[in-house]
Amino acid sequence: MTIPEVQEEIVQEFAMFDDWAQKYEYLIECGKHLGNIDPRYKSQEFLVRGCQSQVWLYASYIDGKVNYQVDSDAIIVKGLAALVMRVYNHRSPDEILDHPPTFIEKIGMQAHLSPTRSNGLLSMVKHVQSFALAFKTKYSQP
Amino acid sequence: MTSTTAISPLHVGHIRSQIPILSREIKGKPLVYLDNAATTQKPQCVVDALCHYYLQANANVHRGIHTLSEEATHAMEQSRHFLADYLGALPEEIIFTKGTTEAINLVASSLAKGKWFRPGGQILLSYLEHHANIVPWQMVAEQHGLEIKVIPVTDQGELDLAACRALISPNTQMVALGHTSNALGTVNPVREIVAWAREVGALSLVDGAQAMGHTRVNMTQLGADFFAFSAHKAFGPTGVGVLYGRANLLDRMPPYQGGGEMITEVRFEKTTYNTLPFKFEAGTPHISGNIVAAEAVKWFTAHAPEAVAQHEQQLLQRATHRLEAIDGLRIIGQAKHKAPVVSFVVEGVHHHDLAIMLDIEGIAVRTGHHCTQPLMERFGITGTTRASFSLYNTLDEVDFFADMLKRAINKLR
Repeated sequence: MTIPEVQEEIVQEFAMFDDWAQKYEYLIECGKHLGNIDPRYKSQEFLVRGCQSQVWLYASYIDGKVNYQVDSDAIIVKGLAALVMRVYNHRSPDEILDHPPTFIEKIGMQAHLSPTRSNGLLSMVKHVQSFALAFKTKYSQP
Repeated sequence: MTSTTAISPLHVGHIRSQIPILSREIKGKPLVYLDNAATTQKPQCVVDALCHYYLQANANVHRGIHTLSEEATHAMEQSRHFLADYLGALPEEIIFTKGTTEAINLVASSLAKGKWFRPGGQILLSYLEHHANIVPWQMVAEQHGLEIKVIPVTDQGELDLAACRALISPNTQMVALGHTSNALGTVNPVREIVAWAREVGALSLVDGAQAMGHTRVNMTQLGADFFAFSAHKAFGPTGVGVLYGRANLLDRMPPYQGGGEMITEVRFEKTTYNTLPFKFEAGTPHISGNIVAAEAVKWFTAHAPEAVAQHEQQLLQRATHRLEAIDGLRIIGQAKHKAPVVSFVVEGVHHHDLAIMLDIEGIAVRTGHHCTQPLMERFGITGTTRASFSLYNTLDEVDFFADMLKRAINKLR
């Protein structure tokens, strides 16, 4: 599936929920199923700036694709991060950079992207894109 | 009157009917507002008074000869007189500021500028302090070679009084202490500590931000040299604070900011400063807010203090009792004397997640370090979830909060 298709799939999933409680219960499940980041990367070096909750993000570049590992100490943020991973993990830098995460607003979670939330999600999304840009720049050199 | 000493209960339903915002809905659920330590909600009469000022009485204060300006000046000075009476102070001892933070900065900066502090002297704070009562002192300490000493807290979240006593010495120049902890709710024995400060000739400042929405504080009884509070935490508007300072001290302290209002004569050769309290009120003040600050206090004092205290303690006891029964929940701050504040952590659950899950039920709580990072570090935590109550909260709200909290924890674990 392409990035737009995955984003649309997530939007459809959320359209089935009747209320906020169901949406958040789903996010909590997503967070619980995401698995943990390799403990080596749960360090200051890979900490994405947050305040109330923290997010760690590690990225590697294999065979033209960016592979991310992400974790958070807050389960709802981790659930949102899991959705971001569904969209962007194992994709080429160009695909990542060409498609901003429009699904977040469409599923009603844009409040979590507000800088005042200080939950690290906004920084994480920016870091996902920065890693893609960095790999693209590094490996497109002649 | 009967011969019993029972306190007639607070008419909470009637109080709630005076505060319009309490009937709104959040995400389709009735609002349960438990973030009162951050700011209280406003009664209709306070909002009406603000509107009345802008609709009927707006003019700049002082020196105006026209009727409107005279009326506005009169209303603002009436408010100052009222607040002075309420606090047991003189009108010239009441300085309007934009809040507690500015009031503390004013005192710290002005004392430092006036060379009140000897290099090597000590400023005594406590682990319970809000950053607003830490950082201004650190700034002057750094500039003037002073040392910051800190009163430790016990595991219950109370000040360690023996340690406090030992820390106060002839080298202490200022004791700056919160009346009530915003993060834990601890009510400190400020009168005693202020008296100890006086014994060694130290000045004292009491941060009353968390006190004024719950209790009455009298300056004569308190005995502190300075006292500060914010109107918005006591049913008044934001952007308004009051600094009380002893007249004989304020009189000798240099101005904090320069500008209009605070002068008697300006010449390029030399400017002479106005008398108290205007010396400390440079620029056009928050006229509407300063006027309405008194209105908010009047509204609060219409309710018997014993009834308010009794009701708030019932809320606190019920909340404590219900929360203690939740598996893995630890209340941070179990002081004997507490304002209606319950701060807690839950094993295996992040406070940020709890706040989101409570918000979708219409419940407003605050999470994080509450601007008290040294205190959080003392307890080995990064933050708490805090429910803070006010006189308009009900026992039903406490129960609903506890039920929803329990449900949220079960989902999050």
